[in-house]
Amino acid sequence: MSDPITLETIDYVAILAKLELTPEEKLQAKKDMSDMLAYIDKLNELDTAGVEPMSHVFQVTNVFREDVVTNGDDSAAILSSAPACKQGMFQVPRTVE
Amino acid sequence: MLSQSMQQKRIQEKGLQERGLQGEDSRDYILQYSAVELSDRIKAGQLKVTDALDAVFAAIEEKEPLLHCYVTLEKEKAYRQAAEIQKKIDQGLLTSPLAGVPFALKDNLCTEGTLTTCSSRILENFVPTYSAEAVKRLQEAGAVIIGKTNMDEFAMGSTTETSYFGVTRNPHDTDRVPGGSSGGSAAAVAAGECFAALGSDTGGSIRQPASFCGVVGMKPTYGTVSRYGLVAYGSSLDQIGPLARNVRDCAAILEVIAGHDPKDSTSMKRGDTDFTKAIGEDIRGMRIGIPRDYFALSQSASGQIGEGKTEGADRQTGDGQDGSGQSGSGLDPEVAAAVLKAAKVLEERGAVVEEFDLSLVEYAIPTYYTIAAAEASSNLERFDGIKYGYRAPGNEELHQMYKKTRSQGFGTEVKRRIMLGSFVLSSGYYDAYYLKALRVKALIKKAFDQAFARYDCILGPVAPTTAPRLGESLSDPIKMYLGDIYTISVNLAGLPAISVPCGRDQKGLPIGFQLIGDRCSEKKLLAAAYQYEQAAREKLPPA
Repeated sequence: MSDPITLETIDYVAILAKLELTPEEKLQAKKDMSDMLAYIDKLNELDTAGVEPMSHVFQVTNVFREDVVTNGDDSAAILSSAPACKQGMFQVPRTVE
Repeated sequence: MLSQSMQQKRIQEKGLQERGLQGEDSRDYILQYSAVELSDRIKAGQLKVTDALDAVFAAIEEKEPLLHCYVTLEKEKAYRQAAEIQKKIDQGLLTSPLAGVPFALKDNLCTEGTLTTCSSRILENFVPTYSAEAVKRLQEAGAVIIGKTNMDEFAMGSTTETSYFGVTRNPHDTDRVPGGSSGGSAAAVAAGECFAALGSDTGGSIRQPASFCGVVGMKPTYGTVSRYGLVAYGSSLDQIGPLARNVRDCAAILEVIAGHDPKDSTSMKRGDTDFTKAIGEDIRGMRIGIPRDYFALSQSASGQIGEGKTEGADRQTGDGQDGSGQSGSGLDPEVAAAVLKAAKVLEERGAVVEEFDLSLVEYAIPTYYTIAAAEASSNLERFDGIKYGYRAPGNEELHQMYKKTRSQGFGTEVKRRIMLGSFVLSSGYYDAYYLKALRVKALIKKAFDQAFARYDCILGPVAPTTAPRLGESLSDPIKMYLGDIYTISVNLAGLPAISVPCGRDQKGLPIGFQLIGDRCSEKKLLAAAYQYEQAAREKLPPA
């Protein structure tokens, strides 16, 4: 029922997922995803015309709270968990030339 | 004049001597208490908080090398907390039913100053700067946090085998899995390596390990416990809940951790969180429905249920069935028999038990895995090697660093679900897969609504089998997912459910039954579960 999953599909999805897969992992991913989607296709047995997609089981809309700062300055503690930091900031690899 | 502590020490020793207990014996004795019983004795001055910690850490020292329930143990911190809590108890400032009780926390609950890894390499060195709301509430009630328990990586799995830090073994048979994903929490409670624990349940991750390890586990109504500080997996499905020795403990813990929290926008304002009130309540006249479709999956139906197979159940046998009767989607006849026996017990206590057709049972798994994978792929985007956790070494360029970090940091099952989730959310497939699943979710919710128009609760198995052997499950993901058939629809519909031990199979492995309730009906579930527990206890031969 669904389009067959190709290695190109896997490459595309890996870009979306920000994952780098080895050639073996790609083959496995192709198989896993094909199997899973074939299984998920079972849902097409059900007629859902006119059924609203339900994202939240209990009706909740736009929950707001006052924009008040309640925490203190945790920057030193937060940075201590970072893989790399410099001058009180997160350090990342070069992003622009 | 004796100091206060000396006096209490005397009272405590006297208490132990009266039972003829000293040294090692008293430790074992302490470990027999439930959380609430333990706290009562501590508050009465018969025991000290450190006695409870001594007992728990002695059990940990003995069993942990084999079982591996914990990722992180915080012994020194625990004794420091104990001293503070003892002081507050002595001063009469702490009177909660959990005061002084040693607790374990699943390692996806953020704990200020203590490693929180989600059993993943990508968070192997993550130390949060704040604690989850549920953890805070537990600590305010005087619980002593002793460590963080092992789990399936990011709670994705049903066996605790996808943990980056190695497997946890089932205390009832160490060749078998404890279930998952809260397997470390369930095994720790069962082994006396803590008195109670918190877990999280996205598709059965509290209830199924509770069943495999012979403890009580409860998933509350969505929105009852704040998810603030719970590392997100499937945000529309995740709930935090207790794993405990008995139903009363479960109620007491849930009462402490439940309540509205402005920091979680899906947190509910409900005033009926005095769950311990349900303990001991009469269940005469309570209407309990048993879905025929749950038992139609049984390979050799035991009893009258299961003979009137529905059309839907026949279709179920199309996928992943291996015919062994011990795995796949087939309900083990021993499990079926034990669960139906539990229903009989509730009937004897005055409940009105009836069979009915729930419908749509076999559509829950594909719906769940579509939605959970979609949410996971989005939630796990935050792990990029910048702000915390693991970063792959030797990168010149930012995007390369993201990809390498995530590829090395995530395990196989997590990558599988991120890939699937990214696909079902991608343009061109979003409507066909993601929105389709959300539509079926609406139908599943409706089927439950119709059931709860007739019944106070639904009774069924927790899992189709008892605990499988280590290494048996991961090779075939779909087969593993089929084991979630009785638990996941509950998360899709946001309902509360409890898993209660109801005997053992011939191999000696624990079996659990599940009670599912309508939205906010935890008290009914707790009342019925407690009545069952009392009746089962009365039937036990004297020890």
